[in-house]
Amino acid sequence: MFSRVKTALFAAIIAGVIIAPVFGLQITRVGMATTIVPEWNMIFRGMAIVFVFHLIRPYLAKFIFKPKAKFTAPVMGDKGRKALTFLLIAIALIWPFFSGRSQVDIATLVLIYVMLGLGLNIVVGYAGLLDLGFVGFYAVGAYTYALMYHWLGLGFWWALPCAGIMAGIFGYILGFPVLRLRGDYLAIVTLGFGEIIRLLLINLYDFTGGPDGISGIPKPTVFGFPMARRAPEGETTFHDLMGWSFNNQDVVIYLYMLALVLALITLFVSNRLIRMPVGRAWEALREDEIACRSLGLNPTGIKLSAFTIGATFAGFGGAFFAARQGIVNPESFGFIESALILAIVVLGGMGSQIGVILAAILLTVVPEIARGFAEYRMLVFGLVMVLMMVWRPQGLMPVKRPTVELKA
Amino acid sequence: MSDLLPQLIQQFFNGLSLGAIYALIAIGYTMVYGIIGMINFAHGEIYMIGAYAGLVTLSVIGVSSGLPLALVILIMLLVAAAITAAYGYAVEKIAYAPLRGSPRLVPLISAIGMSIFLQNWVAIGQGARDMAVPALVTGAVQIPFGDAFVVNAPYSRIMIIVVTVVLMVALSFYIKYSRMGRASRACSQDLRMANLLGIDTSRVISFTFVIGAMLAAVGGVLIALAIGKLNPYIGFLAGIKAFTAAVLGGIGSIPGAMLGGVLLGLAETFAAAYISSQYKDIVAFGLLVLILLFRPTGLLGKPEVQKV
Repeated sequence: MFSRVKTALFAAIIAGVIIAPVFGLQITRVGMATTIVPEWNMIFRGMAIVFVFHLIRPYLAKFIFKPKAKFTAPVMGDKGRKALTFLLIAIALIWPFFSGRSQVDIATLVLIYVMLGLGLNIVVGYAGLLDLGFVGFYAVGAYTYALMYHWLGLGFWWALPCAGIMAGIFGYILGFPVLRLRGDYLAIVTLGFGEIIRLLLINLYDFTGGPDGISGIPKPTVFGFPMARRAPEGETTFHDLMGWSFNNQDVVIYLYMLALVLALITLFVSNRLIRMPVGRAWEALREDEIACRSLGLNPTGIKLSAFTIGATFAGFGGAFFAARQGIVNPESFGFIESALILAIVVLGGMGSQIGVILAAILLTVVPEIARGFAEYRMLVFGLVMVLMMVWRPQGLMPVKRPTVELKA
Repeated sequence: MSDLLPQLIQQFFNGLSLGAIYALIAIGYTMVYGIIGMINFAHGEIYMIGAYAGLVTLSVIGVSSGLPLALVILIMLLVAAAITAAYGYAVEKIAYAPLRGSPRLVPLISAIGMSIFLQNWVAIGQGARDMAVPALVTGAVQIPFGDAFVVNAPYSRIMIIVVTVVLMVALSFYIKYSRMGRASRACSQDLRMANLLGIDTSRVISFTFVIGAMLAAVGGVLIALAIGKLNPYIGFLAGIKAFTAAVLGGIGSIPGAMLGGVLLGLAETFAAAYISSQYKDIVAFGLLVLILLFRPTGLLGKPEVQKV
């Protein structure tokens, strides 16, 4: 008991030292003079909480982490799963017509993150390559559309495939030299690439518009008919064609539908890829690289394919993002964005598609609801990443991997 | 033509003082990597917190307290080091210690989360805006070259170099001759074997984090005094660059971190002066990518042997 009090006291003192310079003693400027506003309450309250927590931790651990019955998802047959999937898709298709504009807008954002999450899931979840520069490919996709519109006057439907191909090419070129590096070095190099792409976008002022970016990017057309109040000369708007009156809600729903289609394509493709030989090879490589090599698989080629395909999906996502925002600038493609996409994959459970979708919804919708606590958003986000790694590194919805155990 | 030499000397001096800061931070990366083989992504944030702790201490003392300047700076450095020591210790215990023995990517993701957390922790506590640091050390040594050009060496930058050199020498002796230093060298050779031989490895790991954090805090305080402002987001870039320095010198090697820091500082300063100041970050990142591609073991590092 005495030693426990001692450790608790020690922890409380450490906590006091940690809280004091940041929250306890706040620097405020009054005119020219800088003064310190001490908040002793904050410090002592923090210390007390840590002290008590440390004292009761052993009991807490016994209390909470009782060996409880293992939760297993109900197993459905193929038919049931198919029916459920169709039901969900049908709901996703119908609900925007009965919902508000801002909800549909948020749902569109969720779908962009689903797309990005599924793309990164291929790289991180399936192939086990930690890519911290994923947002770079997203930026390449967004800027491909923005630049193609700005310099060549091409529309979304021309730019979409180009954005995917361009991001894929970037993934291939950047991936080629780095993929023989070991896990954590790979992470740092991809982070470096992501930052280089962003810095280039800022500094190539004449080409990319620098920090201001490119604005006035048009929304996607519907089979060549623009979805806007007024069409450019010589074109008919979609609502004129259909004989409707213009409604902003229609545009939002149209964008949502597009995002849904893109996300479903991503889901379908990645779902199929993982069952193909190349998908099997990704997983094998993730589990044991040396064993793979001795079985005659070429690690570089296999990793490169994962990297390129992941980047391609990021490129599609980026082009759609540019079309939705109407403006791109380098601000949107910082490291935090990469960390957010990574958090979606990690939180969902690496390699689990349904997990990625749930995590994308969670990480996009919760901050929107808790707008009043906006400044705490990133704080909590960082904390959740740490706690997830400590308590549940396999994610919310871990994939059940077929395993064979040898019994001695 | 006559200006070329003094200009080079001026850039060399600037690069050296910048590189000294990188070296101070890089030691934290390299020592942690040497012992437990993980990239402590939150280390840049510790440096930022060190700078804040120094500023808070200075504000508590007061700019015009009448105490001798050297004493004020010494107190700032000591308090900042003590506070970041607590941070380093706590970060290790909370975010990394429970993950020992898990796959390599798990602690890295945890470290990224910790880095985001600490950044916003300070941004909420002390405000996210730029904060002015009073210029304590003013004036400069001016060395005239010929009749036109003067090499300008501010005292604050000279202080960076002097303090860094003193600390590096002290650290080298400490690692070489003290009991703890010997234990940490043993752990970096073989953690499990050291444990079997009776070394308290978890204490050594804590010690490594604490030493790294204290050195980073010194770097933070010194650069804040030299530049005169700071914000909660300075840690990210400085951290990545210091990591580059550690990799450049050979990660795991302490002299390598010092060498790498100085080289990176020089490369960045010369790139800013002779290419374009907007591209200096690209030069640093480009250097990182190139080293990892062509010489992942760095200049002074030992190659890592992969065993089945």
